[in-house]
Amino acid sequence: MLNRQGRPTTPHAAANSAVTGTITGNRGLQMEEALIFEIGEEGRTGVDLPDAPKVKDRLGGLKRQGRIGLPGLSEPQVVRHFVRLSQKNYSIDAGLYPLGSCTMKHNPRLNEKMARLPGLGDIHPLQPASTVQGALELIDQLAGWLKTLTGMPAVAMSPAAGAHGELCGLMAIRAALKARGDVRKRILAPESAHGTNPATAALCGYTVDPIPATAEGRVDLDALQAKLGPDVAAIMLTNPNTCGLFERDIKTVADMVHAAGAFFYCDGANFNAIVGKVRPGDLGIDAMHINLHKTFSTPHGGGGPGSGPVVLSDALKDFVPVPYVVHGSDGYRLVESGDAKSFGRMKAFNGQMGMFIRALAYMMSHGADGLKRVAEDSVLSANYVMASLKDVMTPSFEGPCMHEALFDDRFLKDTGVTTLDFAKAMIDEGYHPMTVYFPLVVHGAMLIEPTESESKDSVDAFVTTLRGLAEKAKQGDQVAWFQAAPQLTPRRRLDETRAARSPVLRWKPGSNGAPIDKAAAE
Amino acid sequence: MTTRYTKDHEWIRLDGDVATVGISDYAQSQLGDVVFVDLPAPGKKVDAGAEVAVVESVKAASEVYAPAGGEVVEGNQAIVDDPALVNRAAQTDGWFVKLKLSNKGELDALMDQVAYDAYLKTL
Amino acid sequence: MRYLGLTEADRGEMLNTIGAGGIDALFKDVPAGTLNPQLDLPLHQGELEVERAFAAMAKKNVSPMEVPFFLGAGAYRHHIPAAVDHLIQRSEFLTSYTPYQPEISQGTLQYLFEFQTQVSMITGMEVANASMYDGATSAAEAVLMAQRITKRSKAVLSGGLHPHYRDTVATLMDQTDQPHVAAPVDLAGNEDLATLIDEQTACVVVQNPNVFGHLRDLTGLARACQAKGALLIVAVTEITSLGLIMPPGAMGADIVVAEGQSIGVPLSFGGPYVGLFATREKYVRQMPGRLCGETVDQDGRRGFVLTLSAREQHIRREKATSNICTNSGLCALAFTIHMSLLGEAGLTRLAEINHGKAVQLAEKLSQMKGVAIVPQAFYNEFAITLPKPAAEVVEKLVEKKILGGVPASRLFPGDKNLTNVLLIAVTETNTEGDMDKLAAALKEVL
Repeated sequence: MLNRQGRPTTPHAAANSAVTGTITGNRGLQMEEALIFEIGEEGRTGVDLPDAPKVKDRLGGLKRQGRIGLPGLSEPQVVRHFVRLSQKNYSIDAGLYPLGSCTMKHNPRLNEKMARLPGLGDIHPLQPASTVQGALELIDQLAGWLKTLTGMPAVAMSPAAGAHGELCGLMAIRAALKARGDVRKRILAPESAHGTNPATAALCGYTVDPIPATAEGRVDLDALQAKLGPDVAAIMLTNPNTCGLFERDIKTVADMVHAAGAFFYCDGANFNAIVGKVRPGDLGIDAMHINLHKTFSTPHGGGGPGSGPVVLSDALKDFVPVPYVVHGSDGYRLVESGDAKSFGRMKAFNGQMGMFIRALAYMMSHGADGLKRVAEDSVLSANYVMASLKDVMTPSFEGPCMHEALFDDRFLKDTGVTTLDFAKAMIDEGYHPMTVYFPLVVHGAMLIEPTESESKDSVDAFVTTLRGLAEKAKQGDQVAWFQAAPQLTPRRRLDETRAARSPVLRWKPGSNGAPIDKAAAE
Repeated sequence: MTTRYTKDHEWIRLDGDVATVGISDYAQSQLGDVVFVDLPAPGKKVDAGAEVAVVESVKAASEVYAPAGGEVVEGNQAIVDDPALVNRAAQTDGWFVKLKLSNKGELDALMDQVAYDAYLKTL
Repeated sequence: MRYLGLTEADRGEMLNTIGAGGIDALFKDVPAGTLNPQLDLPLHQGELEVERAFAAMAKKNVSPMEVPFFLGAGAYRHHIPAAVDHLIQRSEFLTSYTPYQPEISQGTLQYLFEFQTQVSMITGMEVANASMYDGATSAAEAVLMAQRITKRSKAVLSGGLHPHYRDTVATLMDQTDQPHVAAPVDLAGNEDLATLIDEQTACVVVQNPNVFGHLRDLTGLARACQAKGALLIVAVTEITSLGLIMPPGAMGADIVVAEGQSIGVPLSFGGPYVGLFATREKYVRQMPGRLCGETVDQDGRRGFVLTLSAREQHIRREKATSNICTNSGLCALAFTIHMSLLGEAGLTRLAEINHGKAVQLAEKLSQMKGVAIVPQAFYNEFAITLPKPAAEVVEKLVEKKILGGVPASRLFPGDKNLTNVLLIAVTETNTEGDMDKLAAALKEVL
């Protein structure tokens, strides 16, 4: 029944308190901040709106009765509240953010500026085509870049994020199989796959069959051959894979999958390692989503929005979602219906235009030469991290790696320090931790992705910090210190068990769990 | 009343016609703090190896499979009300379901304590 | 290249440390013949050149700032206070990841908690999640959730549901060959969905106000659902409406899905937007998407974490309630800030202005020969019937520099009954002058 590694989700009881006893609870620039519902008061507002027109309402008797309960705040109150909240966040703008598989690279501000241009940021998705020729041209241009960079003949632009792109790819595969009268039931995916892969397959009614990895961290071809059969719809494979390795047998995998009549879905989450360097289309894949919010630098925004266009091979290119852009003699237009081969619609309107703009601005800034450099520098930095840490930490696989370096917790064996403790200690040193406990195929995983944005000095400082922490852990008498980390953050380790056992998912009047003194907070 | 174990870390103990099923102490320690359990309604019939319950910790979720086939006669309301009981007493008060077995012979294929302890050493 | 951190000297030193002879040695696992392809793409450019290229494309579009503008149909032009865009561009919000390390993500987590609370309050529901991609995908996820809860498969889709929502739901259900019944298109706003609910029905999806603007009391439908053990899913495409009208929760909805774009999020040609998803507390473990919850830290201080994660793909994999990972975090932040600025008084006033202006325009148009206002009760959007095809009328209005609405034929292609139907939305951004211009221009083209 066990499919995951458990780990502590309540703070260690023995860890010391480090709270400085100020009157306010603030600690210098770290301000305590109440919820807006605790700050706001009736009779205040942060907007000045004119009186509503005096008309007889036409609400059919459905006017709201009673108050909603929203607090009233002035504009300065709102600004201060959200500025204070922002100061409790780590960000790529503030420091190296080595979250493996997440590609936390620099987010250029030019992209933000372009997304806000009048005529781009403010146009309506259902304006007549004649009034949005520039927008359609932009989508078409971005599609062109994506097709060229991947060496694929078609791209579906509307998916809203990576997982949504996976869904699009599997829907296309399902439609292509259906068109040839073929019903297949199984999807093969490596044990190291992102959770979205099996979850997406399940949404499409497929069962997921795991493929084991070799000792070198790559797909086991014999096991793959044994699992392939006439009921396999597709393989879902991340390349470079989640262990940070290039699947060196990828063309053989593609041939085997195609020989079985199945399709090859590639999870493109790690495209940053090979953009401009290798075209997935040359490797035999049939579909791949591209996380514009990873490889092409559209900001992660604390968890989205993303965008996940899916490039498609000749075998799949007719099976696309609507809408899509076509270019005719009278300019660009959107095909929104009437395509018999289309499998349907994935969301309202035309895709994540705001992300398209940012991604295209990024691509144009880098150009073909710069994008290739992106891949090279990201791979170089990851290998440099691995080479600089391999004597004090334990890399899980032989190098070279791609854009991320995977370590496991063997170097912490018998120290009493866990991967989680190690990660939390990094926080006190001013770093966001790497991805921890993923992929699941190694114990206590630590997946480090420095990205091409970092200077060598920055990577060196990071390496020095991790070396120091590794050596400190190995001293053997520092367990309590690690378990008490982080001590210097706005909040220390949080009790996730309590949060899950008795969920409090919203504020309610008079429901302050651990009330903050309101006067002090304002 | 010998206790037998599966490779998936469920335990089962027969008392008359009815067997009690839970997860092993090893399983609860690997899961971490249990925060939620989902139990089947009495009357549900399950085959050996079929999903009979779900257990969630903060960072993990697992299905609990029936070590042997039968009909659910009771779920343990105490662990629904207090999931931490699974951590405190996985192999006693923290049981999951009671099953009326359809074929007691299915138990013979499972590990006894000695075999299970040996199995844990291989993990 | 301005975004890259390494110098040539750095690269050489780093390769030395690694012990690699050159950069391509690190790509040795790449199959022979596929490394370093020729790419027919332009080379890198400076900011100025890129700006020029975008400005040229932007100029080919008609900005709503330039013309009287009456488009809605699921995306609405509203004024966004300047503070919203400023605050969401703060580095710590814009360039952070999903709050996986709560000690250094309390900013994100707290606003998600506030967002969840605001969404619960305005929809009249007990709990809400931390956002979905958009309203349409929220609706599709709601249907799956209802199937899990009821252990039934059939979904009944209202004839007043936005076709993009209907198609998004249908496309997802088609993947597992689930049955869905799309009720006939309901221009008149008098469909009776109760007759379509049976013992196999998992849910009924209905939009309020619906795509033609009809505002309806859904309490009867909620009762009919309840009687048959089905769930009522209410979709709201114009979220400011809830400043003025009875919330779906008060009408008996089990799940409310909504497009949150109207609060804080620019039109941006259709995305990114923010899906709102709210339900009753008893269904929370069947919800899709992230949830933020309150707890305490090591020192007993209130703090926030992502919680009930065992529902999600990164833990539950093929048994997850959804495959969603990245959601609409920053748009949810924009929503939260804008809603905080509005507050109770602001949201109510904003909704009153929208409704009042819509009533004014409806009255103006209803006096025109050959024009009829379709819905009796509406919020800020209504369908009108014209004496000629609406798509042609819209094109003629474009020539007169007016974006006059969305022809129903754009959303319901091929539906002969809707050829002459035009959807018109009015918001606080429309002046009386805009409305006069529309009326005058319509008079000329009809």
